[in-house]
Amino acid sequence: MEGMGKRFGATVALEGVDLEVGRGEVLALVGENGAGKSTLMKVLSGAHPPDAGSIWLDGAPYAPANPLEARRAGVAMIYQELSLAPHLSVEDNILLGMEPHRAGWIRSAEVRARAREALQRLGHEEIPPERRVDRLPVAAQQLVEIARALAVGCRVLVLDEPTSSLAQADVDRLFALIRQLKSQGLAIVYISHFLDEVKRVADRIAVLRDGRKVADEPAGRMDIAAMVARMVGREVRDWYPRSARPVGDVILTITDLAGIEKPAAASLELRRGEVVGLAGLLGAGRTELLRCVFGLDAVRRGQVRVGMAGGLGSPMRRWAQGVGMLSEDRKQEGLALSMSIADNITLTRLEGLGGGGWIWPRRQASAAREWIRRLDIRCRDTGQKVAALSGGNQQKVALARLLHHDVDILLLDEPTRGIDVAAKAMVYRLIDQLAAGDPSQGRKARAVLMVSSYLPELLGVCDRIAVMCRGRLGPARRREDVDEHALILEATRLEAGEDTNRHGE
Amino acid sequence: MVNDAAERPIRSGSGLRWREGLSRLAPFLGLIAIFVLFAAIGPESFRSARNLETIARQTAIVGMAALGMTLVILTGGIDLAVGSVVALGTVVIAIVLRRADAANLHWMAAAAAGAALAACAGCGWLSGWLITRLRVVPFIVTLGMMLVVRGAAKGLSHEQKIDAPETWLNDLLASLAADQRWMLVPPGVWLLLVLAVGMTLVLSYSRLGRHALAVGSNEQTARLCGVPVNRVKMWVYAMGGFFGGLAGVLQFSRLTVGDPTVAVGLELDVIAAVVIGGGSLAGGEGSIKGSLVGALIMSVIRSGCSQMGLSNWVQEIITGMIIITAVALDRFRHR
Repeated sequence: MEGMGKRFGATVALEGVDLEVGRGEVLALVGENGAGKSTLMKVLSGAHPPDAGSIWLDGAPYAPANPLEARRAGVAMIYQELSLAPHLSVEDNILLGMEPHRAGWIRSAEVRARAREALQRLGHEEIPPERRVDRLPVAAQQLVEIARALAVGCRVLVLDEPTSSLAQADVDRLFALIRQLKSQGLAIVYISHFLDEVKRVADRIAVLRDGRKVADEPAGRMDIAAMVARMVGREVRDWYPRSARPVGDVILTITDLAGIEKPAAASLELRRGEVVGLAGLLGAGRTELLRCVFGLDAVRRGQVRVGMAGGLGSPMRRWAQGVGMLSEDRKQEGLALSMSIADNITLTRLEGLGGGGWIWPRRQASAAREWIRRLDIRCRDTGQKVAALSGGNQQKVALARLLHHDVDILLLDEPTRGIDVAAKAMVYRLIDQLAAGDPSQGRKARAVLMVSSYLPELLGVCDRIAVMCRGRLGPARRREDVDEHALILEATRLEAGEDTNRHGE
Repeated sequence: MVNDAAERPIRSGSGLRWREGLSRLAPFLGLIAIFVLFAAIGPESFRSARNLETIARQTAIVGMAALGMTLVILTGGIDLAVGSVVALGTVVIAIVLRRADAANLHWMAAAAAGAALAACAGCGWLSGWLITRLRVVPFIVTLGMMLVVRGAAKGLSHEQKIDAPETWLNDLLASLAADQRWMLVPPGVWLLLVLAVGMTLVLSYSRLGRHALAVGSNEQTARLCGVPVNRVKMWVYAMGGFFGGLAGVLQFSRLTVGDPTVAVGLELDVIAAVVIGGGSLAGGEGSIKGSLVGALIMSVIRSGCSQMGLSNWVQEIITGMIIITAVALDRFRHR
């Protein structure tokens, strides 16, 4: 790609970006949200036409008018949100749009054979081609999508945040797969916010900032600190800030909690001034634990006590008790995308914004404006729809809701998923401030229970970390007593134990 | 080594398959339950061969339209114009037949049916064209087409019923004479069964069927993968109109006249049949078999209630409750 440019109205999204990726090479593209990564990739995959510049593919000019043309030319994009037809089988998805047929009738045997072949090329023959895609786990669905890209004969594979919803073991398998595809001569563009993953998988790293390329070097010559420095244009200090957090009273007690399927057994005490992390593989039941505590999922057994109050709760009751939850699924569950920023922030606590069931828009807006200022939410005004904001700013709005409600206990599910570096730093700072409190300004210390699949983050932010494995919650250990290695071992321990039993060792 | 948890659900497929199987059988089990219930508490006559034939005949019109509607609903669309299309079908047949001379009535009947099918398929095609070209949602386009087609039928017939000479068309759905008993059910019902098998094959093994399902399941993905989404939709609505036309032929067979005011609200029965049979208005779910069973469930309730001397309003309340129950059960199973 040479001199790529793109503007949206007055905003310059891309300016003179040159990019090159060779066969059998993995190029990582990093940069904050809004740096132009997605715009660049949308130009490459035909979703947006460029305003300037040209693209060459294997020596031939390449100017796709739409994603379909790009696909036909051999450029396939795997988005963060998977794009499969959930009701169709694996094989129908893989061959969708290019089914072998005779006079309109599909040749099922050939479909099956070609799907098998594509899955075999990935080294994942265990995925049954006849199974409906929505019955597969996310990691397998992603593999199906990659298989589909291979089946159309793609030469350039673009992976956009492919690991954001994968557990560690699946990430490892994906990286093995990327190496294998690389050796088959594919050019791979890898976009991610997880810089240590980038470091592991990339041959070359390009950094974008404000629509320009600010670095393009072999991976061996750039470490994570250098990447971050280039991304934000300055050194980031105090990545995980940690104020003095005096630990207070027990505010949340979970005793032997069990949901319908998950969690199976979970006990935990949470104190004011404490940040406790929940580690574990995807599907271990961490999200379900938060949902059970918050009263979103049915509880089969066990107890949740908030302060002195026992009994099971509904989300309404929890809010009233001063418990707030941040959903991992911002778009579907966390926010009302088509409503304004002000509406989203004040949704759970409209008291004081009017009277007698009426809301005064002016008071609502001024309440929202306060949070916009304090969390540095980039937006036009309080009436802007949340859908128009970037991921990081959406997350800030979701967090602002908990702050506006003035909760004592924050249940945060993947609070930094899919947001950029600056927003992440903001979230870390916020968590620290909330847990520490500020007696001089009369702000009490809160308690935070957070789920994250990113271990460095948990180790950086939390005071104690508990590992969940197959629905069972282990003891919460002080972070000084654990490290990444120990956490991974514990997260995968039960399975290994079962294996040994099976083999009679 | 790490024996990954995500891989596990791939292997444990038997439990899933069992539940899926049950989910597919549910409408059928419901039909049997309702039938057994009426057979037990209803009068002797409910179980008679005669009554069963009547039920089959009554199901044929809704069932025929449901073949097309299933396809439409699979793509995530809806066709509210079907009732009007049926009326148009009867009017077109009657107009053509009225001009026929007695000598070649057989051929003219076929020509009349052909003209009706062409007109109705044309209406469906027009709906599809408007939906894809104007990018207006199917609900609104077909709501408009419902009035347009109804008006056209009334205009063609000068707002009157049109008498037509008797032809073999009238035998399609007539009660069987004594010497025809070997057929078990009238030819129109056989036609429905044959076409239902055909459509089932189309859904499972044709490109159109797979593409329709893909569009209903995830339209953006379908477009990305090179499925001609607009062409698929036009075909689907044209086929919806075509089966509406066939339903019109059967309707004419029962009425023996062309009636522009017939089949008002039929589209709701048809949609109900598809939904009871497991179709999802969000697209991606539904089967021909299920839709036919759905249509049968409604006829059985209607017949059972009237045999028991229950009034019309009772039937309506029961049918309404069945629709809600069926969908609620479906939601429950999917959880």
